[in-house]
Amino acid sequence: MSKAKKLLYSQKIAPFVFSLPFCLSLLIFWLYPLVTGILMSFQTVDFGVTQWVGLQHYTKLAKDPFFRTAVLNSVEYMILTLLLLVPIPMLLAVLIESRITKARGVWKIIMYIPALTSVVISGMLFRLMFSEGAGGQMNQIMQWLGQAPIPWLKSKGTGWVALLLLCMWRWTGVNMLYFVSGLNSIDGTLYESADIDGANAKQKFWYITLPLLKPTTVYVITISVFAGLSMFLESFMLWNGNSSPKNIGLTIVGYLYKRGIETNELGYACAVGVVLMVIALIINFVQLFATGTIGFKKKED
Amino acid sequence: MAKNANTPKTMESNHRVASFLSTALFVLVSAIIAFPLLAGLTASFRPAREIFQNGMSLNLKVKDWSLHNYAYLFTKFINPKTTDSVAIADSNKYFMWYKNSLILTITTVVLTLLVCYFIAYGMTMYKTKLGNFLFFMVIATMSVPFEILMLPLYQEVTTIGLINTNAGVFLPGLCAASTIFFFRQYMQGLPKELLDAARVDGCTEYGISVKIMMPITKPAFASMAILCAMGSWNNMLWPMLVFRDTNKFTLQIGLNTLLTPYGNNYDLLIAGSMFGIIPILIIYLIFNRYLVAGMTSGAVKG
Repeated sequence: MSKAKKLLYSQKIAPFVFSLPFCLSLLIFWLYPLVTGILMSFQTVDFGVTQWVGLQHYTKLAKDPFFRTAVLNSVEYMILTLLLLVPIPMLLAVLIESRITKARGVWKIIMYIPALTSVVISGMLFRLMFSEGAGGQMNQIMQWLGQAPIPWLKSKGTGWVALLLLCMWRWTGVNMLYFVSGLNSIDGTLYESADIDGANAKQKFWYITLPLLKPTTVYVITISVFAGLSMFLESFMLWNGNSSPKNIGLTIVGYLYKRGIETNELGYACAVGVVLMVIALIINFVQLFATGTIGFKKKED
Repeated sequence: MAKNANTPKTMESNHRVASFLSTALFVLVSAIIAFPLLAGLTASFRPAREIFQNGMSLNLKVKDWSLHNYAYLFTKFINPKTTDSVAIADSNKYFMWYKNSLILTITTVVLTLLVCYFIAYGMTMYKTKLGNFLFFMVIATMSVPFEILMLPLYQEVTTIGLINTNAGVFLPGLCAASTIFFFRQYMQGLPKELLDAARVDGCTEYGISVKIMMPITKPAFASMAILCAMGSWNNMLWPMLVFRDTNKFTLQIGLNTLLTPYGNNYDLLIAGSMFGIIPILIIYLIFNRYLVAGMTSGAVKG
């Protein structure tokens, strides 16, 4: 072997060779777009001519009523999905993992299936289920309950029922499986000793399950925060495009898409993106801090 | 109510009631969850015009059922002698999109898994500062939403000339942070003594990674393959930006174009949607147990 080849094959160099694709990808497809995105938010690009405009986009954003609607919608959606998609899947997981439920494997398989469908397909199905006419399933149910047909997707309250049900439909099973694996990592002998000490189910849940499930809970909350804040396609599909009545389905990413792709205002759209990133980082930082995942104590591992 | 059902009071009858209630709850939840898909499936046998006008009815109207929508989807493709030229074009396109999606998904899965495997191998199997730093960067990339990178990335991909190509879709996501993360978690649990034994036997560093470690990592490959395949098959936002040409569209983008306000394509749309779930459903049912292992790795260790 030549000297160069020997070096290339040495234990010193090999890790660098293995890491090379990641380093390249990191620079080209992550760092570069991230930095350009931030820079572009201070620029206006018109027919290839770039002009620095300082904070102009941000001051404009602060006064932009559509942007305010988008932020409020996204934050509201995030909070609601957190309320729906953390406690419910957690309780379902506890229940399905307790020995009392029969045929557990079957329910786990069925409950995950919605996650296999694309947003296009699930959006279409929910659009049809919540269609305005008296013939749609939801309106038929309303009729059984003695109510008049509702134009579901036309107003915010009922439109969001459809939106949140769509979201719950797709993610309840997934989040439940996260919690199931979290539960399986808990040492079973803890429950046995709790049984000996005469603890009831409620106590076992509060003092064993909940604290030991914390890593999973933090993980699920983290991904839900990101998914909730950057939700776009669900509303895009449900309202068949990016223009919902009175912008009830407009989200931050929807607005970014509208400005960046539909009206080609890249600089302004990048400013929207930067604001989204800042909001996401702040919320996640606060959340990780509040749950004690990061903090002043020494990190384990 | 759910928690009370969980109370294992030692009495036999109480246990039985709890068991019944809990199982009944899951029957109900599963039924609700299965409902939209079953509704879609039954609707795909009904006249498309009616679905568009009235939505999917609870009344199944089995008498009206026919395979017309599927026949329309398939035969126009197989037998192009029909006189309806629009139908030929549409149906041809559907299978073109299907094929595009299959090719894109297979390419993405194979390349992503290989690249991520070697990256994770380098991070895990050697004790270097670089490995730790890169792992930190993996976490960093996970905490920036993709949507922020989307527009600059779109510009970049256009500049490089990858717009309208498969490479433009999969290259930016090739080093998938979650996949690297999972491979790393998995490999940390493997004995490193194997490496030294192989080195003594004269195996090169790269030979070890392929011949020794890769076979042991098979279960990790299986779980990442299914998650990656699901992601790629159903991916929409980024491919929607990259592909400009209808002949290049993936199935999801194509289906989206059928969803017009005029409802003239609902026959293709609904039958095509149901048929479009099949590949991923098959993979899911076969590799189901690996999937659970894959998606939960990050959640347990945090």
